[in-house]
Amino acid sequence: MVASPAGGAGTAPPGSSAPNGPPLLATEGLTVRFGGLTALNNVAIRVARGEIRAIIGPNGAGKSTFFNCVTGVLSPTAGRIVFDGADIAGLPPYRISQRGLARSYQITNILPRATVLENVRIAAQSRRHGWSLLRHHHAYTDVIDRARAVLDAVGLLDKADEMAQNLSHGEQRNLEIGIALATEPKLLCLDEPTAGMSVAETHATVALVRRIAADLTILIVEHDMEVVMGLARTITVLHYGEVLAEGSPAEIQGNARVQEVYLKT
Amino acid sequence: MVLTDQIVIQLINGIVGGMILALVASGLTLIFGIMDVVNFAHGELFMLGAYVGTTVMVTTGNFWMALIVAFVVIGVLGAALQVTTLRPLLGRDPLYTILATFGISLVLQNWAFWHYGPVARKIPEPFTAHFALFHLQYPWYRIAIAALSAAMIGGLWLFMKYGKYGIWIRATTQDRVMASAMGIPVPLVHTVVFAIGAGMAAASGVLFGPLVGVNHAMGFDWTLKAFVVVVVGGMGNLAGSIMASIFISLLEAFASLWVSPAQAVIVSFVALILTLLFRPTGLFVPTPK
Amino acid sequence: MLVLDGVHSHYGKSHVLHGVSIRVDAGEVVGLLGRNGVGKSTTLKTIMGLVRPSEGRITFEGADITGQAPHRLARQGIGYVPEDRRIFRLLTVLENLRTGLDRPAVDETRRAALLEKVYTSFPVLRERRNQAGGTLSGGEQQMLAIARAMMLEPKIILLDEPTEGLMPRMVGQIREIITMLHRDGVAILLVEQNVPLTLDVSDRVYIMEKGMVRHHAPAAELRASHDVIHQYLGV
Repeated sequence: MVASPAGGAGTAPPGSSAPNGPPLLATEGLTVRFGGLTALNNVAIRVARGEIRAIIGPNGAGKSTFFNCVTGVLSPTAGRIVFDGADIAGLPPYRISQRGLARSYQITNILPRATVLENVRIAAQSRRHGWSLLRHHHAYTDVIDRARAVLDAVGLLDKADEMAQNLSHGEQRNLEIGIALATEPKLLCLDEPTAGMSVAETHATVALVRRIAADLTILIVEHDMEVVMGLARTITVLHYGEVLAEGSPAEIQGNARVQEVYLKT
Repeated sequence: MVLTDQIVIQLINGIVGGMILALVASGLTLIFGIMDVVNFAHGELFMLGAYVGTTVMVTTGNFWMALIVAFVVIGVLGAALQVTTLRPLLGRDPLYTILATFGISLVLQNWAFWHYGPVARKIPEPFTAHFALFHLQYPWYRIAIAALSAAMIGGLWLFMKYGKYGIWIRATTQDRVMASAMGIPVPLVHTVVFAIGAGMAAASGVLFGPLVGVNHAMGFDWTLKAFVVVVVGGMGNLAGSIMASIFISLLEAFASLWVSPAQAVIVSFVALILTLLFRPTGLFVPTPK
Repeated sequence: MLVLDGVHSHYGKSHVLHGVSIRVDAGEVVGLLGRNGVGKSTTLKTIMGLVRPSEGRITFEGADITGQAPHRLARQGIGYVPEDRRIFRLLTVLENLRTGLDRPAVDETRRAALLEKVYTSFPVLRERRNQAGGTLSGGEQQMLAIARAMMLEPKIILLDEPTEGLMPRMVGQIREIITMLHRDGVAILLVEQNVPLTLDVSDRVYIMEKGMVRHHAPAAELRASHDVIHQYLGV
């Protein structure tokens, strides 16, 4: 991968810059206003290549708004979002996805009446091959192999031919992650991946994310503290639309102001 | 060349037609607003109301009795239909209610054909007095229809705003879940509103009866027109649907100065399409923020 | 008085409550704490019949109310104040109150008395009684939502995050309202993220995590030792 110059202004907060080059994702002065309400105010977050970054914060902190800006669902009022060297602020989601930023959704977005393999294969196809009406889908062995590899990574290989709607809730959410993974992203954004899961399913998902994190950069929004503390290398805490603190799990847990904000709101 | 008197005549015709349409459409929009049901059988309730009117006229000869009995009988029928067919479908895919009401419309049409036969019936006008309008003898009855429709719609509005249970209807329309949490028996409110809507359609049928023949197929045109009105006026918006009724009716009335009435109907559909393209929430609805 | 026993709830396939057991006795104030997304609001919604439990039982005053329609529960004496207030925006303040006030069981005199009592406790509502609900500020809407529930003369009120989105100085007002209700003998099941307020007004507190009750203690105990709070609610 060619290293691109970082676009950022301002100093990087401690604990957030990785030893291996410029950040994969960097927001500068990211601001979102809805009429009179400022949801995000001048937010500067830098995610290093290869790290797992968690965004946490109490209700209304702006986590979803931030997430939606980065993934193209929302256009920011001001500021830049530099992904892999280029400003993606305001681009539509499909363009952002084409550049290598994939996301999973809180409301499961799988195709219920396709098989598990087909769900992932369709996503994998988007990255390879142009249009061809004549070749049978079985002929695209590279795509199928890639899809099966993804299923293996998310632990659903044994359910490859199962109808997606027959999976349990936890399995469906993991399939979501698989679909995002199949687009061969550089940055994988996960939106509350363990919501609605039992404790056992949560542990399985955490293990899954650890497995796939090796060649990937991951951005997670989560409420479950165990998941966050167990997975993230760096945590960013948002509060009323601003970055309150950033650091390693130990640093955040030891931060009195963060505790105050969580326990008093 | 179009003469002033033709314009005035069509203006009056348009308003008269508009008021009947408003009576039909207000029931339809009320039903949609409160329970998200697209009632394709609404025109058939209109038609059955007219038929009940003919029966009452034959037995008692009293037009006003016909109006009241039709309102009550079809209101009860509406309630029965809602409880048996629509209430179980609440909360499911809206497609099911559309299919259900469409099915009901077919059943009612065919029942009416079977029971009343193919020969059109007539409801005699309650009074045949005319007044001179330019070169025409314009029937007072037509003016009376407009006034009666306005009175009924006015009565409905007053009931909703000030009536004892009007609050229940308005609260359920705005937020049915919270209304339920406040102790309002939402399923009952739904049934009553459907009954009122059906009753209003029936009353329109009786009012309209003297103007044309009563037959089993008369409802369909009215369902269609009422839907155009409800979309143009804003779905669930009572005031909007009244203004839209008059608007559409006037459009058609004026259009028929140049083209035949059958072709004049096209303007309503043009209005519908333009509304959907440019102001889909309704022409007479304030711009959503 | 109100008992949940092993209640499971789903939103579609998402399994939100994993066997919740909670008890609220007459006249008690019981707090329900927990981070975002643990199922606190869903618990209240399940009690109120807005979400149908897939498993478990809910009893109120000895009678099984599992899955009953909300309007039946309201008539039996359970009031509900939802997280987003959900006042009727197009109805006036008075009309909002009347949705709970106009009950067949209540005669004209008692209605007038109830209304007067609420106007005295919430003077701003008397002032704005003919204004549309949607024109009220956030804090005023919260007052209205609580007052509206009071119109049902409930035996228990389910309060879902009353301080959310309110300015910090309004927290005191909420505290006063809860105290007043408690004095009148109304039981309260309070879902909150504001820990000091909850510990202050509650007799007992349940703490939830991932759809289950993880801890249950008298408020006094939790006030004295902060470790448990930090573990389940802190970072």
